[in-house]
Amino acid sequence: MATAVEVRDLKAWFGKTEALHGINMAVEQNHATAVIGPSGCGKSTFIRCLNRMHETNPVARAEGDVKVGDMDIYSMPAVEVRRKIGMVFQKPNPFPSMSIYENVAAGLKLNGTRNHKDLDQIVEHSLQQAALWDEVKDTLKKKSGASLSGGQQQRLCIARALAVNPEVMLMDEPCSALDPISTAKIEDLIFELKQRLTIVIVTHNMQQASRVAEFTGFFLMGNLVEFDRTEKIFTNPSDKRTEDYITGRFG
Amino acid sequence: MTRTRFHQELDELKHRILAMAGMSEQAIDLAVQAYTQRDLALCQRVLNNEDAINRAEREVDEFAIDLLAMQQPMAVDLRFILAVIKINADLERVGDQAVNIVQRVMNMIELPAYDLPVDIPAMASRVRSMVRDALRSFIEGDTDLAKHVLLADDEIDRMNHEAFANLSTFMQAKPAGAVPALDALSIARNLERVADHATNIAEDVIFWVRGADVRHGAGQSLAGS
Repeated sequence: MATAVEVRDLKAWFGKTEALHGINMAVEQNHATAVIGPSGCGKSTFIRCLNRMHETNPVARAEGDVKVGDMDIYSMPAVEVRRKIGMVFQKPNPFPSMSIYENVAAGLKLNGTRNHKDLDQIVEHSLQQAALWDEVKDTLKKKSGASLSGGQQQRLCIARALAVNPEVMLMDEPCSALDPISTAKIEDLIFELKQRLTIVIVTHNMQQASRVAEFTGFFLMGNLVEFDRTEKIFTNPSDKRTEDYITGRFG
Repeated sequence: MTRTRFHQELDELKHRILAMAGMSEQAIDLAVQAYTQRDLALCQRVLNNEDAINRAEREVDEFAIDLLAMQQPMAVDLRFILAVIKINADLERVGDQAVNIVQRVMNMIELPAYDLPVDIPAMASRVRSMVRDALRSFIEGDTDLAKHVLLADDEIDRMNHEAFANLSTFMQAKPAGAVPALDALSIARNLERVADHATNIAEDVIFWVRGADVRHGAGQSLAGS
């Protein structure tokens, strides 16, 4: 197995508060890695550091190494990092005034793709990969992204992220606002997407982590307490704190 | 996110399987007593109690399956429920062995008493202490005691082989005593199976507490550790 993202001694701050205390993790390529932990444990901060979204907060900063392949993401322009490492958020955030087509094409246009034929092709391919094409192909340019259901909006956001061909996709509780059917669609999608990219997913739903991820990391108070294969974490974790959390003995 | 209600239900599951364990243990005790005292009334009690054990098995399974479906347990809780489901099946089989034993005892009571070359009470005493230790290891989550049970099984196997050898010789020498000897042989074999169930329970306790699968001899290295 190859490593897609190598995290070494990653620390993050909000003002003077240290939110991550030196995280080390090797994220395996073409696998899904779940990040779990109680609220405020640093799991969202952690994945936001992986594509430099953390630093968009003016009082936030991060320190340490995050490498995608051979590239150190803190030595690259942030825009380029976010093209390589896409992100999907808890609440779907399509551009409300744009059509479905424009939503998917937005990132491409920003990166300089202007050829209509190329755009059409990539938009269709991305929507197909996001398992949304069949539902929207007839209204691509007529309907706005905001007119779709919550589950469809989330898949639209995934299509938008896929359009710029990322190597890694970060998902921050992507299903927490969705019904079970939409959740199942996203989970199926994660399985498909793993064929071509690497996924890191933050979730509060431990059943979801166990369903979609091969690896799971448990965060607590800014520390990565345990990182192992998912089946090990959920059947026989090594650390008592992990066990206490996943069995509901604290949290 | 503390799951107080769920953990209360796990305690309830433990109480229920312990109640069932009490019935199975009592069935074996009564069956052995029926053998030593050649007591038909005790045999009948074991037969009468079988329904209650079977009913308890279904109830424990149902409760455990409900918890699996409704609570989606993880880690030690998941292992506990899986262990309970398996221990439940073993306890029901212990009840069945007790029934098998009293059926043989009922045969023997109809025949003249023979001085058979087999010490069933001694074997039964060891088997009962294995069952007791296995259940105590479950109650206390004591893997050392569970390992002790795994080791004790070898001695029961040895006693069973010895019973087979001695009773075979006896049958050849005294064909008239072949029927009670066969009954005694069957009782020894049933006791040996009870010991196997105690071993299974001990293995399940180790799985529950330590997450280690020690079945099929994998426990030998663990037992030495």
